[in-house]
Amino acid sequence: MCTICGCGTVTAEQREDHPHHHPHDHGEHGHHDHWHGEDGSITFGAGAAGVHLPGMNEERVIRFERDILSKNDAYAQANRARLLAAGQFALNLVSSPGSGKTSLLVRAITDLEARFAIAVIEGDQQTSNDADRIRATGVPAIQINTGKGCHLDAHMVGHALDQLPLQPGGLLFIENVGNLVCPAAFDLGEAHKVVVLSVTEGEDKPLKYPDMFAQADLMLLNKADLLPHVDFDVGACIGYARRVNPQINILTLSARTGEGMSAFYGWIDVRVRNATQDVTYVAG
Amino acid sequence: MHEMSIAESLVDLIEDEARKEGFGRVKRIGIKIGALGHVEPTALEFCFDAASRGTVAEGARLEMHMVPGAGWCPGCHSSVAIEQRYDLCPACGQSHVEMTTGDELRLTELEVE
Repeated sequence: MCTICGCGTVTAEQREDHPHHHPHDHGEHGHHDHWHGEDGSITFGAGAAGVHLPGMNEERVIRFERDILSKNDAYAQANRARLLAAGQFALNLVSSPGSGKTSLLVRAITDLEARFAIAVIEGDQQTSNDADRIRATGVPAIQINTGKGCHLDAHMVGHALDQLPLQPGGLLFIENVGNLVCPAAFDLGEAHKVVVLSVTEGEDKPLKYPDMFAQADLMLLNKADLLPHVDFDVGACIGYARRVNPQINILTLSARTGEGMSAFYGWIDVRVRNATQDVTYVAG
Repeated sequence: MHEMSIAESLVDLIEDEARKEGFGRVKRIGIKIGALGHVEPTALEFCFDAASRGTVAEGARLEMHMVPGAGWCPGCHSSVAIEQRYDLCPACGQSHVEMTTGDELRLTELEVE
């Protein structure tokens, strides 16, 4: 059961007896419409909206300052606390469609699964193709289908966490919906956002989509094996990314050949170690 | 289009307020949107119409107040206006300005009955 909204869920690899639907009006916390499918997938954004509340006739003006995404942020903080307590290091992978996120994950899982317990949350509008590819490597994966939605949000991820076996010291990869705009606005509770850009795209994408590159702590420049065949200026791309985000770390690699992947694993190792030390320090 | 999620979040917040404050209809909604943020006002207005249907916010006028971009220049030690998130300081032309406003997305006012 989801500890945040109390919604019942299914396990990662097992089916529940029947698919079920949560309507929009879900008590006090603004629950999304979603369906738990027979294959363990969770589908959002396919239902009708709303309740109407009886009113009063007195006119008045209420003034306040409230972040419109405060509910998502609250779910994200709950996810973050839960991941920390479970000893999980979570990365939120964002990119445009086709940058090679899933291939990069498959390679990373193959190389890292001897050292880490790995779990994956896959976000796409439709199909469980990506989760199927991840499961073929032997690690648990939950597919979230966002339906109309163009991004994952923290509430969806909270439900996926219910279904994943999270082992202490584990790595959780969240592969967001392929989209360089919308996922930038939604904190999922991850430790870091990692933006993947491939050399078959334009090198000025950091300038065209600055929100995403401004939010990411790491940029992976993927498909480096294709550099001899494309007009992609690596130096210019790195310069654009640093203009938007002077602190961003940048690694050039190829998920296909494995070139540069060890630097990505080193980046993960350092941050996992730091996160563990932080927990020890807090506990001590 | 993440404006639909934002419109749904806005309607959720308003419905929470309706439960707390006991109002039944909203006539006007004031929100602040940062000019350098990720929200397209026209798209948000369009989505709000759809997301508010059948709720206390249906038919309400959505007033969007744009907050211009500004930031702190570590070179000049002063606050400067910026047009883009990654602008260099327009005064000294050197330093990368740290954005201080222009990323807002806030509900600020509800006229209710």
